[in-house]
Amino acid sequence: MAGYLLNRLWQSVVLLVIVSIIGFAVLNLTPGGPLSQFALTPGMTQEAMDRIAEQMGLNRPLPVQYLDWGWRLLQGDWGTSYRDGQPVLDVIGRHITATLLLMGTSTAFSIAIGTWIGIHGATRPYSIFDYTVTIGAMVALSIPTFWFGLVGIYIFTLELGWLPAGNMYTIGDGSVLDYLHHLIMPSLVLSLVNVAVWSRYMRTATLDVINQEFVKTARAKGLTERRVLMKHVVGNAMVPMITLAGMQLPSILGGALVTETVFTWPGMGRLFLDSLGYSDYPVVMGLLMVSAILVLLGSLIADLLVALVDPRIRVS
Amino acid sequence: MRMTDQKAKFAATRRQALKMLGITTAAGVFMPNLLGRPAFGATPPETPTGRIVVGFSQEPTVFNPLMPRIEVDDGVHFSLFDTLFRIAPDGSFTPGLATEVPSIENGGISEDGLEWRVKLRDDVKWHDGEAFTAEDVKYTLELIVNPNFRSWRTTGHTLVRDITVVSPTEITWKMESAFAPYLSFLADTFIVPEHILGAAEDPNTAPFNNAPVGTGPFKWGSRTAGDHVELIANTEYFGEGPYVERLIYKYIPDLTVLYTQFKSGDIDIIGSQYITPDNYEEAKTLPGKVITTVSTATVESIYLNMERPQFKDLAVRQAIYAAIDKQTIIDALYYGLPTPTETYMPQESAYFNPELPKQSYDVEKAKQLLDEAGWVAGAGGIREKDGVRLSFTNSTTSGNHLREQAQQFIQQSLAEVGIEMKISNLPPAVMWGEFWTQSQFDTAMVGVIFMIGADPDVTYRFHSEAIPAQGGRGANTGQYQNPEVDALLEEGGKTFDQEKRKAIYREVQAKIRADLPFLPLFQNMTVRGRDAGIEGVEPNINTRIDTWNTGSYYWAS
Repeated sequence: MAGYLLNRLWQSVVLLVIVSIIGFAVLNLTPGGPLSQFALTPGMTQEAMDRIAEQMGLNRPLPVQYLDWGWRLLQGDWGTSYRDGQPVLDVIGRHITATLLLMGTSTAFSIAIGTWIGIHGATRPYSIFDYTVTIGAMVALSIPTFWFGLVGIYIFTLELGWLPAGNMYTIGDGSVLDYLHHLIMPSLVLSLVNVAVWSRYMRTATLDVINQEFVKTARAKGLTERRVLMKHVVGNAMVPMITLAGMQLPSILGGALVTETVFTWPGMGRLFLDSLGYSDYPVVMGLLMVSAILVLLGSLIADLLVALVDPRIRVS
Repeated sequence: MRMTDQKAKFAATRRQALKMLGITTAAGVFMPNLLGRPAFGATPPETPTGRIVVGFSQEPTVFNPLMPRIEVDDGVHFSLFDTLFRIAPDGSFTPGLATEVPSIENGGISEDGLEWRVKLRDDVKWHDGEAFTAEDVKYTLELIVNPNFRSWRTTGHTLVRDITVVSPTEITWKMESAFAPYLSFLADTFIVPEHILGAAEDPNTAPFNNAPVGTGPFKWGSRTAGDHVELIANTEYFGEGPYVERLIYKYIPDLTVLYTQFKSGDIDIIGSQYITPDNYEEAKTLPGKVITTVSTATVESIYLNMERPQFKDLAVRQAIYAAIDKQTIIDALYYGLPTPTETYMPQESAYFNPELPKQSYDVEKAKQLLDEAGWVAGAGGIREKDGVRLSFTNSTTSGNHLREQAQQFIQQSLAEVGIEMKISNLPPAVMWGEFWTQSQFDTAMVGVIFMIGADPDVTYRFHSEAIPAQGGRGANTGQYQNPEVDALLEEGGKTFDQEKRKAIYREVQAKIRADLPFLPLFQNMTVRGRDAGIEGVEPNINTRIDTWNTGSYYWAS
């Protein structure tokens, strides 16, 4: 087990280095840069832009910049944001709570509802419920979140006045109730799509299991249908779901770009978009590394959990 | 929604209000300037009351006002800091931290423009209670040119020598050479506190940069990154206001959502980038909102790269200009809002030249110009002369739908004349990177503010020594060169007399209009909106952002 973990860790480090090199190169080799937004400023001259580039160390050769960045990272210094001069980890930390709140709520909600719908549909294949859910899922998957969000705001804010038009809380309020009030629409809009995804996966996984020999055996033993379903079918159908949930970890923390924009939710998705737009390389690199680490971590946790749940899979 | 907010705010502050009333009457600093106010019958409250939320579509992140900053950062700086003098909507200067605006007439500037003397107010306090003095001004001017400090613009400041603090309320300096636009640069230079920034180890990373201390009508409250900045009334403010207790700058990244939150009342004032033209008609019908159209100094144009062989011939530039149907673009794409123009100078400016020849859309004239100049149809109907094809690429920021449609429209018009215009748009960071600054484009569709404040000086945009692609140090990215214009710009830069300057810059506009290094399309118009209860909002074409006078904002009760 320890050897396996060590091996995984070593692979992960190599992967992280490769990801960082590719990310750094792609970012820096793209023409333009953090100073381009000042190019049209009244009174801005090339002289001033050259000076600022020099002070920011932007005109050093790329390998030097990369090694400098990497060396600092090893010492725990993730750099400072070009945009507001704050340490990168602080910047990420300030956005991650907003994202955790939104994505956590919506993911928990969609896994719970999604799995239930999936199982329910799979045990009654080609029933009216199954058809309705399948068509509903297709519709939810094919309509952009942006549209759902704007329609939601139109109906529930502008027409009915029930829910706020976005934002995480009312400035000057910020009570728990206020947060919950603001959380309803974005998390439901986000869940709509995720429920569709989860129910589809769960339906397929359950149908896979339900036709296996051991399920027939369980029934033949005289177990109640409920017990067969809960103990034998769902338990086994959950195994691939765990891997899937593990893979969700980066996206839970990565935020939902579109939803966060429509509902002005100050989370990680928007941070990424804003940082990219501003060519805020230190923050973009920080986000890239964090999400790479989360992907690796998520799949590692999922593998370990699967091994725990499924005695057939034992890591050697 | 607002009413309840206001009530709540008022109840919460009644105790403070009573306390403040005692202080303010005793100190006598509270002097609402009622004279300059439009007579709506509404008067500002006696103590700062309520809260105003201003929505911006970009996030303000830079709070040290001397560091590289964008428009929305300016918007916050104006509330937190002061300049020596301010620039009024009509282009005149009014005293800020200085007691008077220096001029040759009042002796503040010597006849030759080299010696400057500025007298300062003695009743100004930093937000932390320290007194503001001439030392702060000296420190600010020195910090800007400190090679280790990552300052924004240094134009004009690099000419300053021998800064002397004569007394806490008087400062003098010498200029290496006369530079009339320096007044405008100073009107855009916020003064920072020496006792805080000067004590910091490195002003580039000082804690001040994220918890600024200024002299302005509002004090720093807090910032929620990615969401909003909250400012609190500075009841000790030396100038007019503030009349609201809290001022919030809220970041809403999408223009549709920005407008939606304005409609829903989540934001009280829709700030930069304002209401998109397509929503103008609907916005006008919104109950309880005031919608106005405000002209800005941004001039939309097609920049030509004058070093491309196609554009060396004046006839070609004239022909392209004649083949552009400006009015249709304005009416069909921009809902008739912008004003067609022939120059880079906003028509509101005192330096605007109203006598420039008017462009008219005339395909036949365009063809005739090219025929006469010897550009004849070649392969594919594209005109050519001496091996040069009349074909070029036009670029702008990708995703700007209005510009993209304008491009396609112009492309068709030009094809009729035998000119091929290809379209290649780039993401903003790429478009305005070296592609723009190092003149790698053929032509660019671009909106530019040419003015620095209200100053007409465009040396950095049109002087032949300001071409970065040729080793110059300015921003003449069209690579325009005209020795006569150079001479006029040099003359204007050192002329302080307003009438003489007017003549010079009108001449500059006439020459540039004749040479057509860029094809002016129109001067932008923005659609602004605010809650009908808010008074004191005043547009100012000489600032980059609308929130330049937030000290005067108040809720009419």
